[in-house]
Amino acid sequence: MTIRTVRNLRRGSQIVFFSIFLWLVLKTTFDVDFSPAEVSEIQLPYPVSIALEFDPLAALMTLLASGTLYKGLLWSLVILVPTIFLGRFFCGWVCPLGTLNHWMSGFKSERKARKGKRLLDSNRYKPYQQIKYYIFFFVTGAALLGSLQAGLLDPLPLLARSIGTAVLPTIHTGVLAMTTAARNTGFGPLEVAAGGIYDALDVAMLPYRQAHFHGVLLIGTLFAAILILNRVFTRFWCRGICPLGAMLGIFSRFAIFGLQKDQEACGGCNKCLLNCQGGDNPIVGSKWRQSECHLCLNCQASCPDGALDFRFFPQQEDTRENPAGTSKPDVTRRKVLGSLAAGVAAVPLFRSGDTFAVKRSPFLIRPPGSLAEEGFLERCIRCGQCMRVCPNNALHPTLLESGFEGLWTPYMIPKIGYCEPSCTLCGQVCPTGALQELALVEKVGDDDTPPMRVGTAFFDRGRCLPWAMATPCIVCEEWCPVSPKAIFLEEETAIDIEGNEVLVQRPRVDPALCTGCGACEYACPVFDRKAVYVTSVGESRSEVNQILLERVT
Amino acid sequence: MERREFLKKTGPAVALSAVAGTTGFVFHNREPVKHRNLLAKSASFEVSTDPTLPVLTSATNPDPVAALNAALDGIGGIGRFVHQGERVVVKPNVGWDRTPAQGANTNPALVSEMVRLCLGAGADQVTVSDVSCNDPRRSFLRSGIREAGETAGARVMLPAEEDFGEVEMGGVVLPRWEVLRHFVETDRFINMPVIKHHNLTLCTVGMKNLYGILGGRRNRLHQEIDQSIVDLAAFVRPTLTVVDGTRVLFRSGPQGGSLDDVTIENTVLCSTDQVAADARAVEFLGLSPDRVGHIVLADRSGVGTLDYQAAGYMEIA
Repeated sequence: MTIRTVRNLRRGSQIVFFSIFLWLVLKTTFDVDFSPAEVSEIQLPYPVSIALEFDPLAALMTLLASGTLYKGLLWSLVILVPTIFLGRFFCGWVCPLGTLNHWMSGFKSERKARKGKRLLDSNRYKPYQQIKYYIFFFVTGAALLGSLQAGLLDPLPLLARSIGTAVLPTIHTGVLAMTTAARNTGFGPLEVAAGGIYDALDVAMLPYRQAHFHGVLLIGTLFAAILILNRVFTRFWCRGICPLGAMLGIFSRFAIFGLQKDQEACGGCNKCLLNCQGGDNPIVGSKWRQSECHLCLNCQASCPDGALDFRFFPQQEDTRENPAGTSKPDVTRRKVLGSLAAGVAAVPLFRSGDTFAVKRSPFLIRPPGSLAEEGFLERCIRCGQCMRVCPNNALHPTLLESGFEGLWTPYMIPKIGYCEPSCTLCGQVCPTGALQELALVEKVGDDDTPPMRVGTAFFDRGRCLPWAMATPCIVCEEWCPVSPKAIFLEEETAIDIEGNEVLVQRPRVDPALCTGCGACEYACPVFDRKAVYVTSVGESRSEVNQILLERVT
Repeated sequence: MERREFLKKTGPAVALSAVAGTTGFVFHNREPVKHRNLLAKSASFEVSTDPTLPVLTSATNPDPVAALNAALDGIGGIGRFVHQGERVVVKPNVGWDRTPAQGANTNPALVSEMVRLCLGAGADQVTVSDVSCNDPRRSFLRSGIREAGETAGARVMLPAEEDFGEVEMGGVVLPRWEVLRHFVETDRFINMPVIKHHNLTLCTVGMKNLYGILGGRRNRLHQEIDQSIVDLAAFVRPTLTVVDGTRVLFRSGPQGGSLDDVTIENTVLCSTDQVAADARAVEFLGLSPDRVGHIVLADRSGVGTLDYQAAGYMEIA
């Protein structure tokens, strides 16, 4: 097999893994056929989060933070163990974000910086490539104290989150706007064409209904910035920022596979450097860096002289003119310890503030099956799979609702969507166990099991129609899904503006029955700020955040 | 300056201002901004009355399909309501993400039989749809109605945003409102409600089931619930109302959730008068129809008659 064939295999591998990843994100939605006679609970037909379970960084960080390796995360060894022997093949052959960066870096550019000498120079190993190691050690430090921050920049959760909450909803909104605009022109062919595009996209990628996510601009902007930076530096993200790349670089320390350079054969054409993805100095005369190399094999494939050779047990004399490669990442012990210490210190800094300990937002309503906040922050990698799969668009990425520490973790906004009692999809797709998988009976409860509660509903009597305006309503009571209903009614005589007596039913909540699902808040007709709203108090996951004193019967 | 040079230099500017001016005049609108186009002017799908037949029939049988057929035969059979080549829409209650046994949605066995009967009578196309309260995907699946409709040969349409349009209803509180187009772009409309308790209206049967054709923010309608139901029933005149009394949700309506909230009544009602159908149905909830606000108002507004006995009632064992 020639090196060009191998390079084509690498290209094929990138396409295949990128497609699988995208397909899994697209399938993370409730869109199944089943007959209620066969199944009592709705299950997704595919293990849609499996790609995230292959993530060694998510595995290591949740292991450090929580002390256990959750379920499918054992799959990450399939990536990690070959890396130990071969190097960062994942970055060059598998990683879907790496593939996107590869493509974005690759296509032709008008920019001078992307050509000739300037490109050559920017492709040499640069000190900024150390940053990713310090990020890695920072998130490791934070994980040691039980705060999982790696998910913010871990490429697999980052890509799943960006596609799921930003890219696809943006496409959906755009296509709907285009269809409406085309329809409003009243011009037949245009309407047909727009309808055709909509239908094609609808079948291919759009969920049943348009999703709107909270604070998505930041996620979208970060993703766009990552892609655009490739037009300045080849794979800037992979070289300089990616903590997973750093981890795999560190785990390549004892690799037995590597690059051997033959000084005699080298004609000095620089083609290897021009095509380098990792910024690892494949050129004869420089020290090749194992920990930076993505094993894309571009250098060897583009070398006209056969001077470069990737092989097991590379042997090369270490000379001044042509130094042998090194597998040691270019980091200093002090900076490693410093960034580790910074990560360790960040956690008490986060938690000494009020948000975590004493003034948690009442609107931080975590999805059903969530662990208590400490356990939740040990595990959530912010991949957004729960948000994407939620059929009611109830789950959203936080901005500051759970402090800086919890950025982009899931929470429920009942005004946008409530928690469907019979639904357990979010727990099914969580790859790390931050949300536990629930059986239907654990969710809705029965005589022996209490239902899963995420909060409690409260009335704003100054806005509620029967309370404030002597007007009948009780939509909240109609929508309350528990039986007996948690919203009960009191018939009272109110006086309207003309002095007439009006009989109204005024709603009240029984906190012992309320599960905090938010159906009342969702359905309340006081549209802008609802007259009934849910806060997190009473949530099953917390021992502290409770109202009622319970009696042992 | 030469004339030629002058023309050359001013030409582009003149051309651009001509384009700008033309565009302005073409799109100029002195009228106030108009409402969107209306979907339909009326939604009256009734068949002519037949004095030899009862207005309301009731059949009781542990087999819901047999009960439906008996009640339908008593009122003239399917051939009276559905004819060769017609488009039919069947409107069960698929409001909630509940299983059939919980009694919050119409019995799927009745829906599939109704679809089969319509197709057997020569209907061109039978559509089953509803604007669910809970997520429609879940509601249609767990109610069993999607499967029931599809296996019987109907087109089961989940509500999609682009399928809503406004209609002029001419009601007191519903002058115009958004409806799902499948319900007005049809020849025959078969309303298939289930009998349920409801705290505000006391009951929800046929006329209240018509809420399920509405889009928009229908939660506001609770403020004038009796009037809005009657407005809607005065606008939508179903061909036939088939009331599912096989299971009756007598408390914690309209969603229920517990099997303890359901009684088994094994009854199906068929009626050409939606008020009569509702009047008989509420008796299963222990109510007297003249105590139910929207039924009384509908009777008074001439939508139908509350006194179903006088109108022609037949009970089939």
